[in-house]
Amino acid sequence: MNIEAYEAIIGLEVHTHLLTLSKLFCGCSTRFGAGPNANVCPRCMGMPGVLPVLNRRVVELAIRTGLATHCTIAPYSIFDRKSYFYPDLPKGYQITQYETPICKGGYIDLPSDGDGQPRRIRLTRIHIEEDAGKNIHAAGASLIDFNRSGVPLIEIVSEPDLRSSADAGAYLRQLRAILRYVDASDGKMEEGSFRCDCNVSVRKRGATEFGTRTEIKNLNSFRFVENAIDHEVARQIEILEAGGRVPQETLLWDPARNETRLMRSKEYANDYRYFPEPDLPPLIVEDAMVEQIRATMPELPADRRARYVRELSLTDYEAGVLTSDRDVADYFEATLPGLKNRKAAANWVMTEVLRVVRESGKSINDAAPLAAEIGALLRMVEDQKISFNAAKTAFAAMVKSGKSADTTVAELGLAQVSDESAIAAACEKIIAAEPAKLAEYRAGRDKLFGFFVGQVMKAMGGKANPKVINDILKQKLAG
Amino acid sequence: MHSELNKLTIADAAAMLRKGEVTSLELTRACLDRIKAIEPRLNAFITVCENEAIEQAHAADQRLKSGDAPALCGIPLGIKDIYATKGVLTTCASRILGNFVPPFDATVIAKLRAEGAVFVGKTNMDEFAMGSSTENSAFGPTLNPHDLERVAGGSSGGSAAAVAAHECLGSLGTDTGGSIREPASFCGVVGIKPTYSRVSRYGVIAYASSLDQVGPFAKSVRDAAIILRTLAGKDPNDSTCSARAVPDYEQALTGDVKGLRIGVPKEYFVEGMQPEVEKSVRAAIKNFESLGATTVEVSLPHSSYAIAAYYLVATAEASANLARYDGIRYGLRVKAEDHIDLYNQTRAEGFGAEVKRRIMLGTFALSAGYYDAYYLKGQKVRTLIRRDFDRAFEKCDLIVTPVAPTTAFKLGEKMNDPLTMYLPDIFTISVNLAGLPGMSMPCGYDENNLPIGVQLIGPPFSEEAILRAGDALERMGTFAPRGIAV
Ligand SMILES: [Zn+2]
Repeated sequence: MNIEAYEAIIGLEVHTHLLTLSKLFCGCSTRFGAGPNANVCPRCMGMPGVLPVLNRRVVELAIRTGLATHCTIAPYSIFDRKSYFYPDLPKGYQITQYETPICKGGYIDLPSDGDGQPRRIRLTRIHIEEDAGKNIHAAGASLIDFNRSGVPLIEIVSEPDLRSSADAGAYLRQLRAILRYVDASDGKMEEGSFRCDCNVSVRKRGATEFGTRTEIKNLNSFRFVENAIDHEVARQIEILEAGGRVPQETLLWDPARNETRLMRSKEYANDYRYFPEPDLPPLIVEDAMVEQIRATMPELPADRRARYVRELSLTDYEAGVLTSDRDVADYFEATLPGLKNRKAAANWVMTEVLRVVRESGKSINDAAPLAAEIGALLRMVEDQKISFNAAKTAFAAMVKSGKSADTTVAELGLAQVSDESAIAAACEKIIAAEPAKLAEYRAGRDKLFGFFVGQVMKAMGGKANPKVINDILKQKLAG
Repeated sequence: MHSELNKLTIADAAAMLRKGEVTSLELTRACLDRIKAIEPRLNAFITVCENEAIEQAHAADQRLKSGDAPALCGIPLGIKDIYATKGVLTTCASRILGNFVPPFDATVIAKLRAEGAVFVGKTNMDEFAMGSSTENSAFGPTLNPHDLERVAGGSSGGSAAAVAAHECLGSLGTDTGGSIREPASFCGVVGIKPTYSRVSRYGVIAYASSLDQVGPFAKSVRDAAIILRTLAGKDPNDSTCSARAVPDYEQALTGDVKGLRIGVPKEYFVEGMQPEVEKSVRAAIKNFESLGATTVEVSLPHSSYAIAAYYLVATAEASANLARYDGIRYGLRVKAEDHIDLYNQTRAEGFGAEVKRRIMLGTFALSAGYYDAYYLKGQKVRTLIRRDFDRAFEKCDLIVTPVAPTTAFKLGEKMNDPLTMYLPDIFTISVNLAGLPGMSMPCGYDENNLPIGVQLIGPPFSEEAILRAGDALERMGTFAPRGIAV
């Protein structure tokens, strides 16, 4: 099988909860983790006679997302009913936008992956809709929790511009970063507030026509998305190589078995019978509202990335890592005041800080020491007050103790000794103690220089300024 | 005297309550007694709320004594069983909601409660408001108080019959294609379908959302104005509800219709109408002329497409509105193998034939490949019909037509032929499609002593003009109410 002869065509549909306090069409709380059916009312339970009332905050957040992804904001859009039967869908239809989404067009620029070029992924649309409840299958019974029913979602639909699972991962990370930057969503996949459907097809490289696509539903982790796409691309190529045709199907990803399986026909054989929702008037968005929202937009990941490359001389890759999360970028920037070596700060945040954050499972602000203290620590390295290794030791201690850089360095006695007379004295002592080595060195074994440096450093408890040792030793050894 | 209290109009009863000549408890008991006496024959109610009504009457009497009581305080009303009433069985005349007790009140119910109105019970109707005769009720048909062999009209037949038979002083119905005006006409009472959006629909079990409108039945135009005044107005719970200020409709009843231009649509006086109906409606028009109004012929050329458009749009919306009755959260649930089976069997057992017919029609009209040909076409016809009325109202202030082509027909007469059953609504449906206000009021009797109604239609938010004209016609007294059969 010649996988290289094929090209994958991937489009993603992302559903993400919006960060509102109340639901899309009623006043119920959207708080995650409440007891089953604690956040419900007649409206979100679809009781006879209830009517939807639109939450204006949802419109604002959808517009913020649209502006952040360069979309056109529709001055006039309507809601539609999408009909299907499912136990957790209380009205028997979902209120969603179909023909006239609130945001159209737009794009997301992906950071380059290592040495690659930044790439632009086009968006088809962003629309508002309500979430359904959740079925829970317990022993012998099916239970339904309607807390999620009516929670506001936006669906962000990409053009089929992605070509690999890596692309899909990068796109999702970038999209989630944008959503978090504009406070539209927390992007928490583990809470189901960020879910993805993948449309996948393959074609021979150079072909212009699309192959038949399959849809993989409801993936709720980056890893599942990447694994499912890899699996599906390989499966489709295998079918084509064997001379077969890929059937158009809706699939589910089974993470336990690492394979896709067909949704039961009962679950997707649907004619959604869309028609305009008669209980809601058209959604009119005035220019003034859009401009008002535009005025409150923060600097976005792509802009920040470009600024880091331009002003801080970071690579696109480094800038991409640092800006993928707004908190990380804010942290990084808070380490900078007074520092000359921005690159060093970037490296420090990307390696030391993010490692601690990853290991802790907490957010950067909870897991890492204050950014200003990291800045202070790095300044000490820059000013040669402590060594790089001493900084690492201090950092580890600061993570645990939460103490300041100054206190930690003092308490652990990590300050570097630059006192020339003390260093000179130590040098003389070592040289005096090693006459044989001295003779060898002077006879031309330059490599022994390192031995002397090491011995002096050892004699000074590792705290001596290596540059000063170098200078003095060179003189003394030369005689 | 006591036994006749239930025959009072709301205006008279309200005056007597304030003078202390009668108590709400007496009024309420009179109505409840009447209900007890004739319900076995009439079947206008699905649920009678005796205890609740007496409690409400007590509270109303207290409030009346304090001297701070709104117009409807202490007045016994009947409520169509399509309104969600907190803590009271609300069935929509369907088996599928046979055990449903809502945890909330419809907005208009809350408004009436706040005024201190008394609810004597939930009235019978066609299941989910689908029908023109109240024969499609899971709880049996309501009969016409003027002739127990005939229908009361539909779908608000229970509310119309209850008022006509003096079981309550006024009532609430809903009108999707004529469901207030037609039974008002068949039962000889006044019924108003206000402008779409004039009254909140929150808590009214939806049939066709873009057509449904709430309205009152009453024994006089003045009483209808008094109830409508309370119902109308903005509601934060209904986004389609108008924020326009509500006039005092009772104040509008000046008796003066001089210079009023009345339009008579040529398409509404056609072959096949019962001759006495045409005669009575034309006589009413003559009466308006005698009061100083002028008449002008107008044309509503797209009228003939109204029924077809209505059945596409209304059933399409109904098919979605009724999807929630699935046996999962409330109402009937039939035991089944899996959830798909559960829906199928619950809906098969829970819905009656007419409801199923309309769900299927609506589902079809919305299906992929048929949407443009049916639903969308229906909406386009709707626009044309609205334009017809716009043009007509350039030449006149109100349009006067018959309400139904015949007087009340016999029970079972049209049940086996759904298509002829759809015909009684031909004069009322266009008004819903165009979102206009329309009122039915008595204007005569046929040779069988069955009431005939005349319909007054106005431009959007012209309820004051309609009520004023109707009141002026009523004051002439040329139409004297006759006794009823029960
Ligand atoms: Zn709710």
